[in-house]
Amino acid sequence: MSTYIAAIDQGTTSSRCIVFDHGGAIVSVAQKEHRQIFPRPGWVEHDAEEIWANVLDVVHGALQKASLTVHDLAAVGITNQRETTLVWDKATGKPVHNAIVWQDTRTDQLVKELGEQNRFRDKCGLPLATYFSGPKVRWLLDHVDGLRERGERGEVLFGTMDTWLIWKLTGRHVTDVTNASRTMLMNLETLDWDDELVDAIGVPRAMLPEIRSSAEVYGTATGTLDGVPVASALGDQQAALFGQTCYSPGEGKCTYGTGSFLLVNTGDKPVVSENGLLTTVGYKIGDQPAAYALEGAIAVTGALVQWFRDKMGLIGSAPEIETLARSVEDNGGAYFVPAFSGLFAPHWRSDARGIIAGLTGYIDKGHIARAVLEATAWQTREVVDAMNADSGVELTTLKVDGGMTANNLLMGFLSDVLDVPVVRPIVAETTCLGAAYAAGLAVGYWSDTETLRENWHKAAEWLPTMDARTRDKGYRKWKKAVERTVGWIDEDDNDE
Amino acid sequence: MPGPIQSIERAAAVLRLLASGARRMGVAELARALELPKPTVHGILRTLQLVGFVEQSPDTGKYQLGAALFHIGSSYLDGNELRTRALNWSDSLASRSMESVRIGTLHENQVLVVHHVFRPDNSRQVLEVGALLPSHASALGKVLLADDPVGLTDDEPLKAYTAATITDPDLLGDALEQVRQRGWASDIEELVDGEVSLAAPIRDRRAVTVGAVGISGPVERLCDEHKQPRTDLVSYVREAARSISRELGAIPW
Repeated sequence: MSTYIAAIDQGTTSSRCIVFDHGGAIVSVAQKEHRQIFPRPGWVEHDAEEIWANVLDVVHGALQKASLTVHDLAAVGITNQRETTLVWDKATGKPVHNAIVWQDTRTDQLVKELGEQNRFRDKCGLPLATYFSGPKVRWLLDHVDGLRERGERGEVLFGTMDTWLIWKLTGRHVTDVTNASRTMLMNLETLDWDDELVDAIGVPRAMLPEIRSSAEVYGTATGTLDGVPVASALGDQQAALFGQTCYSPGEGKCTYGTGSFLLVNTGDKPVVSENGLLTTVGYKIGDQPAAYALEGAIAVTGALVQWFRDKMGLIGSAPEIETLARSVEDNGGAYFVPAFSGLFAPHWRSDARGIIAGLTGYIDKGHIARAVLEATAWQTREVVDAMNADSGVELTTLKVDGGMTANNLLMGFLSDVLDVPVVRPIVAETTCLGAAYAAGLAVGYWSDTETLRENWHKAAEWLPTMDARTRDKGYRKWKKAVERTVGWIDEDDNDE
Repeated sequence: MPGPIQSIERAAAVLRLLASGARRMGVAELARALELPKPTVHGILRTLQLVGFVEQSPDTGKYQLGAALFHIGSSYLDGNELRTRALNWSDSLASRSMESVRIGTLHENQVLVVHHVFRPDNSRQVLEVGALLPSHASALGKVLLADDPVGLTDDEPLKAYTAATITDPDLLGDALEQVRQRGWASDIEELVDGEVSLAAPIRDRRAVTVGAVGISGPVERLCDEHKQPRTDLVSYVREAARSISRELGAIPW
């Protein structure tokens, strides 16, 4: 009898497989990191073959740890780092180039040439930015010899990581609406590739995958997962929204990982933001209408802690930052704006670069550790303010998930600067859980979203304790620090 | 090259004696065992006490190994690190047992709660990270004491929280021996009337106990009709402890 659902999370730094039971509890986990390839400043690549090998490893590992076989799985779901772009040869299955990762800023110039930032916002919900897949494919077409011609002949295929995995597992060339909504090539109303967008960005139609819903059986796997239905695909943030059971308009969550992403369900109509948020597809279950979402994307949160660990060497592991930060009472006046690759929501400034503001002789490493953690909270405050302005409704509770929710100091501070309760659900791995839920719905393992809601339980809650004056002063200083990051990049900085 | 430094050799001998034999020793006892004059041994002890490697009981004046030495030996695991590594498994334990979960480490003879997962019923609960629990009256504490090389100092008498609290050091010693043998601990209404807690040890790659994970709740839910801990809940707790230990690199057992 098939009693479990497996979720594959193909993330930015690692691939994971988590097996869930019917109650949504974790049965086993396997994880494997892959290389981050930095050919030049601002460029980030992944080896898609390495990722595929790791995915097979972690699937095998997760089954083995729980003494399970493929026969115990009712379905497998996929969630993935979004926007990361790959082109491969249809005949041989070999990638023509490393995958270009979402953080990569090589398309900076190209994006400028494509025109004014909001040129395509009405159709695709996104501002022109290096972040999205469309310009990344265009870069590959422009820079890999003969690729455009081969693309036009349909000899090479484009895909985000969901598409790559589904193609490797089942042989079908498909993507789901959530991943497609991050390409700048999909029309949010029709949920299909848009001729004007595809032409403007310059991607041959023949290399694009078919857009399907987020929860349906795309095909049956062969190989390691032989016979298991591949039944869901969702971009990681949308998967977290789904895993947090945000199924009604107004419900939202913020996931704290490498970057952080606040998504709020806006129901069956896309809402165009006036405050720097993205309009995106939340999920689409089979034939049901799509649910849309507004998204506040923050590029660098957990990545700043990793940077503090790896590049500054002041801590041995990421969780130790809390210990270091607790060695002092406050930030001592220091603010750290991690605009490493520009600022995402709500500013969208690619010319910004990071700073530590407010330095004095008094500041020690404990204060900097505080400033590192507080940067995540203040950036969340900015997107929450934008969300409140766009929706006209004040957020009353923030549902959080992701690895950084293990940091009590940060979660408490987050509650303080937002002045609302912060709540963590019992499964912090909501990204995998969302993919598992969608796959389980597609094969009838779970009957409906109401059943899934009953699995949601509060695991921890942080309540605000900061007085308004302290909060307002901190936010004012933060904003001043942000102002000092913009405009740092000059025209000639992009010269070779 | 200079020869061995005599005072360091003697200090090492003192530490070795305190680590073996009887738990606590007086100056005279140590001096006899080492065949050294009492003032010499006293001087060594005073210095070791200053750096935290030995501790002196204010009541009996006898000496034992200090906490600082223990931390050097076990390369102390950061509580925040433990919480992060344990997150998934403490969540799963709460889901399966439907009770609240706590993870604790030993902190100056008490249990420091480093992680707390609410009972998954969406009722109003308060995060208790940072709280201290008495080690002799909680399942977490018993697990930690059972595997602690220093053990509980008998500076202070064992406080009674309920009629069931173990206050006799000998009985506590027996209870800890039982914990070591069966690999888990319980507190049955020993801290709060009507409340029960169960816990099991979290071990790292060197098989050193670095923390304890457990559940707590009302006696009606955690115990059977003979007021014994429910075996299914004990197995959930032990499985969670094993999963976290595996996460920390312990050899699966």
